[in-house]
Amino acid sequence: MKLKSNIATSESGFVFNPTSGDSYSANSVAAEIMLLLKENNSIREINQIMLSRYEVDSSHFEKDLDDFIAQLRDQNLLEL
Amino acid sequence: MINTNKTPIELVIAVTGLNAIDSPGPGISVIRAIRDCKDFKVRIIGLSYESLEPGIYMHDIVDKTYQIPYPSAGTESLLNRLNEINIHEEINVLIPNFDAELHNFIKISDALLKMGIKTFLPSHEQLESRDKINLSEFGKQHNFDVPADRILYRIEELSRAVKELEFPIVVKGKYYEATVAYTLEQAQKAFQKLQAKWGLPIIVQQFISGTEINIAALGDGDGNAVSVIPMRKLYITDKGKAWAGVTLEDANLIDMAKRFIEITKWRGGFELEIMRSPEGVLFIMEVNPRFPAWIYLTAGAGQNQPAALVKMAIGEKVIPFTNYQVGKIFIRYAWDLITDIQEFQQISAFGEL
Repeated sequence: MKLKSNIATSESGFVFNPTSGDSYSANSVAAEIMLLLKENNSIREINQIMLSRYEVDSSHFEKDLDDFIAQLRDQNLLEL
Repeated sequence: MINTNKTPIELVIAVTGLNAIDSPGPGISVIRAIRDCKDFKVRIIGLSYESLEPGIYMHDIVDKTYQIPYPSAGTESLLNRLNEINIHEEINVLIPNFDAELHNFIKISDALLKMGIKTFLPSHEQLESRDKINLSEFGKQHNFDVPADRILYRIEELSRAVKELEFPIVVKGKYYEATVAYTLEQAQKAFQKLQAKWGLPIIVQQFISGTEINIAALGDGDGNAVSVIPMRKLYITDKGKAWAGVTLEDANLIDMAKRFIEITKWRGGFELEIMRSPEGVLFIMEVNPRFPAWIYLTAGAGQNQPAALVKMAIGEKVIPFTNYQVGKIFIRYAWDLITDIQEFQQISAFGEL
């Protein structure tokens, strides 16, 4: 699972898809996850990294992460 | 592009389309792009049709403006007027920017050349092939996706056409303007309005939903694409015009424009209006045979199409562009220009300012 290589992201959470022209505003946690995706981390690794950074219920986070990945896929931001 | 001659070339360039209004002509954008090019030192001659075209009064953009006869007056009066203007101005290059005037300018291009005025225009055949009336056939012939349409000469033909195409439909004028109609009554109203304004035929087209993308491109007349810049509309006015847009990176869009140029051997600038359906199909909605009003974005993104056209018109070899900046945005704005009644009087009464 990886973000498409041409997707532009900034630390502030701004995301631009140069193929479609769509732009998005991600919150800080979403921006962190996108950065981890860009660095080619697996979903499992992202889970571990984020759980080590934040005090959060693991099952709750896992579900939120799945939802977020589904959104990224819907928006055509992930490599197939 | 490489300019081996470091001294800027002095040129007098005549440009039409000075109507920088809410549905703007491309003239002001074309001029700004040309003025940005350091290879030229230009005097810009505006050619206007009406006294309130804003470009007439933009003296830092247009050096001098002359009124010219409407296209309906025919080529003889156009040529006579240009001859008169040329005695004073010695024009080197002329860039027409309206669909409705192109036929006449192509027709007189040889006569203009004899006067020393160069153009860089498509042929009449190229102009006809992409005409709204022939676009569907063109698509079938060359394997481009084009919405189904019907060409109507009588309002009575509407009911049959809408049954075949199904609502909603797009009712289009011969040269400009389009309305989406959801009922027969709306379609009839649009038909009458567009007929009164632009004449017959009226084009009725299948409605395609999706993302509106435009491509500005420049062909060298030998089948090569000198420049292709795709732009996604970010803000669309109620007239369907882009008020803001961003350059895109999409090989499919660029390939489509290159294939169009290769097939037609298009000479000059043009715009492909594309609708990308939710399934990702790229439909050609229209082909405009001249630069679009947002053409200045091509200069901003690193491929100055109007400047490249001028170079080709004067016989310079232009190397096709390969790179441009993705994510460059244009945002159009309205600006109240203040002038004196004397200026309005001057252009209205004497046809020049």
